[in-house]
Amino acid sequence: MILTISNTTVPATDLGFLLHKHPDKIHTFDLAVGKAHVFYPEASESRTTVGLLLEVDPIDMVRGGGRNLAGRGFSLGQYVNDRPYVASSFTSVALSKAFSTAMNGSCKNRPELVDQRLALEVQISVLPAPRGGETLIRKFFEPLGYHVDVEPHILDKNFPQWGNSKHFTVKLKNTVKLSELLTHLYVLIPSLDNDKHYFVSQDEVDKLLARGAGWLREHPAKDQIVSRYLINLRSIARQAIEQLTEQAVGTEPEGNVEPPEVKERRVGLHQQRLDLAVEKLVASGATSVIDLGCGEGKLVRQLIKHRQFNRITAMDVSYTELSKAKQFLHWDEMAPRQRERLDIFQGALTYRDDRLSGYDAAALIEVIEHLDEDRLQALERVVFEFAKPKTLVLSTPNSEYNALFDNMQEGSLRHDDHRFEWTRAEFESWASMVSEKNKYTVEFFAIGEIHETVGAPSQMGVFTRGD
Amino acid sequence: MRRSERLRKWEYLLVEIRVPEFSLVLMIGASGSGKSTFANQHFAQHEVVSSDFCRGLVSNDENSMDATADAFALLHYMVGIRLKRGLLTVIDATNVQPYARKELLALAREYHALTVAIVLNIPVDVCERRNEKREDRNFGNRVIRQHVQQLKKSLRGLRKEGFHKVTVLNSVESVQSVVSISREKLYNDRKSVHGPFDIIGDIHGCYDELVTLLGELGYQINSVIDNTEQERTENTACNYGYDVVHPEGRTIIFVGDLVDRGPASPAVLKLVMSMVGSGSAYCVPGNHDIKLQKYLKGKNVSLNHGLAETVEQLSLETETFKDNLKEFLYSLISHLVFDDGKLVVAHAGVTEDMQGRGSSAVRAFCLYGESTGEIDEFGLPVRHNWAAEYRGKAKVVYGHTPVPEAEWLNRTIDIDTGCVFGGKLTALRYPEETLVSVDAKDVYCEPVKPLESTISTLSHQHSYDDLLDISEVTGKRIVQTRLRHNITLQEENSIAALEVMSRYAINPKWLIYLPPTMSPCGTSQMPEFLEHPQQAINYYRKRGVSKVICEEKHMGSRVVVIVCKNADVVAKRFGLVTDSIGVCYTRTGRNFFTNKELESQFLQRMQSALTSSDFWQEHNTDWVCLDAELMPWSAKAQALLKDQYASVSAAATHSLRAAQEALESFASRGISGADRLLDKIGYKRDAIGKYTTAYRNYCWDVTGIEDYKIAPFHIMATEGTAHVDKSHQWHMQNIEKLCAAAPELFRKTIYKEVDVNDEVSVQDLIDWWLELTLTGGEGMVVKPLDFVVQTKKGELLQPAVKCRGSEYLRIIYGPEYDLPEHMAELKQRGLSRKRSLALREFALGVEGLERFVRQEPLRRVHESVFGVLALESEAIDPRL
Repeated sequence: MILTISNTTVPATDLGFLLHKHPDKIHTFDLAVGKAHVFYPEASESRTTVGLLLEVDPIDMVRGGGRNLAGRGFSLGQYVNDRPYVASSFTSVALSKAFSTAMNGSCKNRPELVDQRLALEVQISVLPAPRGGETLIRKFFEPLGYHVDVEPHILDKNFPQWGNSKHFTVKLKNTVKLSELLTHLYVLIPSLDNDKHYFVSQDEVDKLLARGAGWLREHPAKDQIVSRYLINLRSIARQAIEQLTEQAVGTEPEGNVEPPEVKERRVGLHQQRLDLAVEKLVASGATSVIDLGCGEGKLVRQLIKHRQFNRITAMDVSYTELSKAKQFLHWDEMAPRQRERLDIFQGALTYRDDRLSGYDAAALIEVIEHLDEDRLQALERVVFEFAKPKTLVLSTPNSEYNALFDNMQEGSLRHDDHRFEWTRAEFESWASMVSEKNKYTVEFFAIGEIHETVGAPSQMGVFTRGD
Repeated sequence: MRRSERLRKWEYLLVEIRVPEFSLVLMIGASGSGKSTFANQHFAQHEVVSSDFCRGLVSNDENSMDATADAFALLHYMVGIRLKRGLLTVIDATNVQPYARKELLALAREYHALTVAIVLNIPVDVCERRNEKREDRNFGNRVIRQHVQQLKKSLRGLRKEGFHKVTVLNSVESVQSVVSISREKLYNDRKSVHGPFDIIGDIHGCYDELVTLLGELGYQINSVIDNTEQERTENTACNYGYDVVHPEGRTIIFVGDLVDRGPASPAVLKLVMSMVGSGSAYCVPGNHDIKLQKYLKGKNVSLNHGLAETVEQLSLETETFKDNLKEFLYSLISHLVFDDGKLVVAHAGVTEDMQGRGSSAVRAFCLYGESTGEIDEFGLPVRHNWAAEYRGKAKVVYGHTPVPEAEWLNRTIDIDTGCVFGGKLTALRYPEETLVSVDAKDVYCEPVKPLESTISTLSHQHSYDDLLDISEVTGKRIVQTRLRHNITLQEENSIAALEVMSRYAINPKWLIYLPPTMSPCGTSQMPEFLEHPQQAINYYRKRGVSKVICEEKHMGSRVVVIVCKNADVVAKRFGLVTDSIGVCYTRTGRNFFTNKELESQFLQRMQSALTSSDFWQEHNTDWVCLDAELMPWSAKAQALLKDQYASVSAAATHSLRAAQEALESFASRGISGADRLLDKIGYKRDAIGKYTTAYRNYCWDVTGIEDYKIAPFHIMATEGTAHVDKSHQWHMQNIEKLCAAAPELFRKTIYKEVDVNDEVSVQDLIDWWLELTLTGGEGMVVKPLDFVVQTKKGELLQPAVKCRGSEYLRIIYGPEYDLPEHMAELKQRGLSRKRSLALREFALGVEGLERFVRQEPLRRVHESVFGVLALESEAIDPRL
């Protein structure tokens, strides 16, 4: 990765003073994984350019003893990795290490230069901007006064059908103080990259607030900048925004391209689903209930509040989800009496399972569509023939409604892991067939606002055992 | 004087007590009567469970009386576990109170153990004296006297309480006279009889059909003189006029219900009794036989369900015959265990925990099966389908419930095919497991309930296997394999596998095999190579393998392909009702094709290639399971290629060019110092170029089915055989025939056979590999000629090791992996875990396949396949 900064304000060589780096030498710094080199490709009165060349060792990144940067679910786990070649959080670290005094706005020998606005040009080869691309780069830099020039790159010229890479060569022009420019880069590069070479934690907020002082608060895209910068901690991101704006944040930060699942979440559809499920479960008079596919336990948390249920069980096939559910429900610290009412275990709806039987009611909320259609028969038998709850509350998306979601291509599904989505007619015919086969009756309900032609976004069947 | 006389008498009378091999033995006697001494003298250390020992365990004091409740809870728990495991157990406690014995007898009944009482009825003064001598005992004589009193009261009623055997030793001398306790086999134990057998279903007086069936089975029935009314020597068995022999020395086993409903019950009985008498047959009783026995004993039984006919037919027989019959029926044992415990025969079946045991519950189950207590619409008891839950290792052959066809379910088979109701009389040949039937000549009796004739496309086993039970895959599991004994699957790995299996894998009925992971060869010492053929050769040479086969490694995705001759085979052999004729799945059990239409086209191409190459005839099969590489890789891994490989290439190309330009400008200013960096950038650009070439080899455009090529390298299995007993030459040669039949679909695998001890041969291989890999080939796989190789010490060898090309490794370890400093670091790699994993997965994979080929229930196949998936979740560097 190479980033160059050119000064065209005469005398351009002032850049050398500001950066505290002699223009006739190569300056090398050690980084956690690799090296940074600073040198001057140009050093004339009219134009002086400084280059920051990052030399990241990808193998050291994965195997380097003690640093353990791999295996945390980051892209760093791979030896084949774009990190050595792109601008990223490594670049921010290198910038702050190589140009710390300049970034902090001090210059011992020529203090008058610090506040001077210079005609500066930046070139970054290359800058990744996944989920947003050129639009996002402009959205981040232009409000700060930059003239932005973005050059996209094709993924592979032998396979033009693959389209463009997420990497861009970016040229920025602005007349600003060098310290401002450096802090802009410091924050916006990792935010655009949307990846981190270290685990984002609380002190990251402090760094962000420090570097963003004076400009980030007014930035129109600040929410997005912050949430992309603090990639993996939504709550920290929200806290950072609150600190920035000194007010509570109601809505969650939005991405530029919003997947439908996010949209679903925003309209509170899932909450409506859970509310209806709870309502139907309560109305059934059940005292024991099992949530088949409990996810992180949202439904169970609502069910616990109802005294009517003296036995509540949460089951999911994903151990990760179950761990989240345990955390979410405070399982480890739960009072014995409450814990007595609750059970959590891993199970799969494609295997017959004695542990699932003996409940008055069961819930299958947004579960069936995660199963291949040809494995659905197994689920039918496990639930209707063997588990046999008296009442079963089952919900699934209504695919007709997909037409109303923006950014959804025809024929695509709301979630990566959905194997199918049914129309109302498809769902009702399946539900009726299953009911008949297993001596159940079924009633249908719409979830969410009902559109006159495509219906509601989600649908529910409430099955009641015949005997 | 009298006293000393008696003493002398006992001195010479040495006594042996006999106890059933599997029984619960209660020592009964007052404190101080010598129970512990006796038990420890005559039984093995762990067989004796002592109440005092349990008191000690729960209270640190063997005499603590307030620990009684806990001590006995512990004692009962331990005894229960021992009995569950089929171990003779002796209880060393006073056992003088009836309620104490009652609890233990109930425990014995629960585990179907016979019960023995050994009573030490020792005079009270002896006990008192012994007690006084013991320093650790502090209770007074009152307690002992109480014990003795309770014992005296109990003595008479012990048999009635339910003990199968009671031995009372009335004096110190008689206790001392016991020299040994011998173990008796249970009556049902015929484990030492190995067959071969022909097991015959419910006959119900169908004599003609029985004779025909015996003939079909190759038995010769000769008439001999009925000797039952004549004087016989002691060694001559009763014979009712039949001498039945098989030229190959086969033995018949009758599953009972010889009589009732049919036309000729006495004739059937005479034939069977003659055979059993002469040792050419075994017989277990059926409920009808036992009812007849009760009738003959004069008990009041109702003459229904065909008994009336039998009684009428018997009225023509002599009293001697009826007496002999009564005795014969009485002598029949509820069930018999043959062939080292591998075969069990019982009239109505028998569960695993009852096999080889004896109790009234066992007998009732064997005669009547398990009914739920409900009555169905025909007025017949609703039977619980014990066979569906059967998980035992022994095969259980039974009858009792008429079925249209005898079919295996979970290693059990009901061979009552309703002859008397106009069905057929069926025999199961063992160990061949073939069925031989003769049709009924007539409908001798109208069935109350019509024989279930719902024509199902699927067999019982296949229908049952539609759903597997979760308890058979979760938790820590131990799988027994032929190749590597027990393989342990840790719970955390099962957890991961359950998720993968249920969220992503195809129907388990298709998943008969998952290929093992493959270890790379040892790390090369040569500076410029991470992997080199020499190490692969060394691995096998060091372990005594002289010849190896080296196969080109294809650049595609690993798949397992199952192709059936037609859709009927899919139902018949795989138990799936579908219009597809096979499946193509990945290493983790996922469908390779996400597009159904494409999959169907692909399988049809495979099918016609197999047909046109005469594969079906040649291998005498109507399905095949192939292990193969499917190309191009880009067909499956497009996202990975684009997002990972091409993306890195694009980023690096532009970033490095800009870096080089900047450095060149710097150098052009006349300042030195940039050379080293420029060299480095130059190297990087070169590496990226090579890397780009490497991944591009994997990409070709896929527009239609014609663009897919498959390179099979193992014919894993066809009907009846898992071909792991064949050499790799056999596999390669047979696959070549396929390739010749459809060159547009198949890609041939280039291979070389190498003599590892011949330097020229090895050098030839190295040259070949270098040529292959320098032109972009992925590398090669080196295998011993035999599919499975074990060293003399019994060590299982890697079935294959891979040796990957230097250029290919760029897309594994990164474009710049061959820089000396990187190479040095990458060479620090350990292979032992990977190798151990590969062996365990190999053993499990082969096991699953062999179980499928043996037509074992799906859960047995699935257990192995699930195991491979579980092991795959172990954290091992995926680049190895």
